[in-house]
Amino acid sequence: MQASANGHRPGRGRTRYPARYSAFGLLRRGLVQQEWPPAWRSQPMKDRYDVVIVGGGVHGLAAAYYLAANHGITDVAVLEQGYLGSGGSGRNTAILRSNYLTPEGVRFYDRSIKLYQRLAADLDFNVMFSQRGHLTLAHSDASLRTMRWRAEVNKIEGVDSDVIGPAEVKRLVPFLDVSAAARYPVLGALWHPPGGIIRHDAVVWGYARGASARGVHLHQNTEVTGIDVADGRVRGVRTSRGDIATRVVLNATAGWSTLISDMAGVAMPVQTFPLQAAVTEPVKPFLSTVVVSGTLHVYVSQTDRGELVFGASVDPFTSYSTRGSLEFIEGLAGHVLELMPALTKVRVLRQWSGLCDMTPDFSPIMGRTPVDGFLTDVGWGTYGFKAGPVAGEAMAECIASGRTPEIIAAFGLARFADGALVGEKGAAAVGH
Amino acid sequence: MILLPCAWCGPRDAAEFQHVGEVVTRPDPRTATPAQWRAYLYLRANPRGWTVETWYHRMGCRRFFKVERHTETNEVRPVTAAEVPGAAAAGVAGPAGAAGPAGMAGTAGTAGTAGPAGAAGAAGAAGTAGASG
Repeated sequence: MQASANGHRPGRGRTRYPARYSAFGLLRRGLVQQEWPPAWRSQPMKDRYDVVIVGGGVHGLAAAYYLAANHGITDVAVLEQGYLGSGGSGRNTAILRSNYLTPEGVRFYDRSIKLYQRLAADLDFNVMFSQRGHLTLAHSDASLRTMRWRAEVNKIEGVDSDVIGPAEVKRLVPFLDVSAAARYPVLGALWHPPGGIIRHDAVVWGYARGASARGVHLHQNTEVTGIDVADGRVRGVRTSRGDIATRVVLNATAGWSTLISDMAGVAMPVQTFPLQAAVTEPVKPFLSTVVVSGTLHVYVSQTDRGELVFGASVDPFTSYSTRGSLEFIEGLAGHVLELMPALTKVRVLRQWSGLCDMTPDFSPIMGRTPVDGFLTDVGWGTYGFKAGPVAGEAMAECIASGRTPEIIAAFGLARFADGALVGEKGAAAVGH
Repeated sequence: MILLPCAWCGPRDAAEFQHVGEVVTRPDPRTATPAQWRAYLYLRANPRGWTVETWYHRMGCRRFFKVERHTETNEVRPVTAAEVPGAAAAGVAGPAGAAGPAGMAGTAGTAGTAGPAGAAGAAGAAGTAGASG
């Protein structure tokens, strides 16, 4: 028997798929040096699928997973132009929260947090969700007023949020400069205990593994080049690896969403902006919450490895470029030091950029479109990752039942023609 | 760092400017239906490639002008009159009005060649002098 390429002894016995992950399994495989099977399989591409999902990020994979798990629809293909999670799902700052401004938004994101809470058990994959609390700082009377508003809307919807004063902020985050001498003194904060951070790659991989185990085909390095529409309904998808006949296409491509929607002839109120983020070298644990400052355009959290992750507002102009800029990192460092002067000697390891499909009202565009069989789960701007599970669940229901679920009824494309916008600008992001 | 060819100040750092966005044609508010008006307000082409857009030189001459930018590489080149959507219809160009080198009536003929940013700046400066005199 030949040794496998990476030097491990070849596995004994039959390899079950998918491997069940457990502490005992880890110990056993450690002892017998058995190979882990791949988390998901790759299959040859068929020329026909019931459902084609464009975009292999958390949204597309979650929709595929819930189609298979909740509705038994398994003849599904997920097409990804790069590798799974190579877009916004791998570039966000992994913050989860539900302290939004509109009742529709709060209900929607709260459902997502509830799904995230049990996701590790559902997927048999450790997604490392740490509900460490989320703190949004107010540096002005106006932002304090918006936070009171958000806190009251949250309480009515059963979401734990409250406005706290500077003394309590200092108790939660001792390294924060809450003195009156700060350039932007901290007047108070919106404290949201259910918020936290998660391992974003693990969420993508967990959904991919769960979907693949239920029969969904995952096609990486497969770029969609066209969508065939005839008589107002979808007939198929053309890709860089051949054509697929299908009657249902879900666009879950975030920053690239207008390119896909254009192929189906659906105009979108979306503009693509890059959003940059950065991470520092690891330091000892000192920050146990997520800290956000809208005035300073920055949010900070500390990962389990000790790195500080910084996010910001979107770049000042539209672009499909994912290159970082020096202006950004200069500005970001200045803003972080306004908040936490103790970090002057901490070095930035790297910065990166992801694409955000911004909508006029900072809410997503979900559900059916004028083209029959072409559905969208786009417009995710700077807040898409936290909504992955609920968006996948709702879109799966939308595809399976043919009706728009109540939880996403407010987020349809038609609202821009009707004028019934869902304004989340005050709670969706920083510095807009 | 991106250099933008301001029609009046020459090539300047993009940080001095405010991105106004894609050039869109404003329908006549007296005759537009609500659907047309909302399409004008919200719908954008959001192309990946060359696009004509309006910028505002907020920390400089405080004028609006148009440039053509590649949204993937962020290359910028001066815009020519023929490339501005809706430029043929009078009064639809918004506050930018007769902006850009191409907008200078006297130099419109020569602005057809997308020259280097510096040349565009010089043409723009000449145009400004003419306009103020």
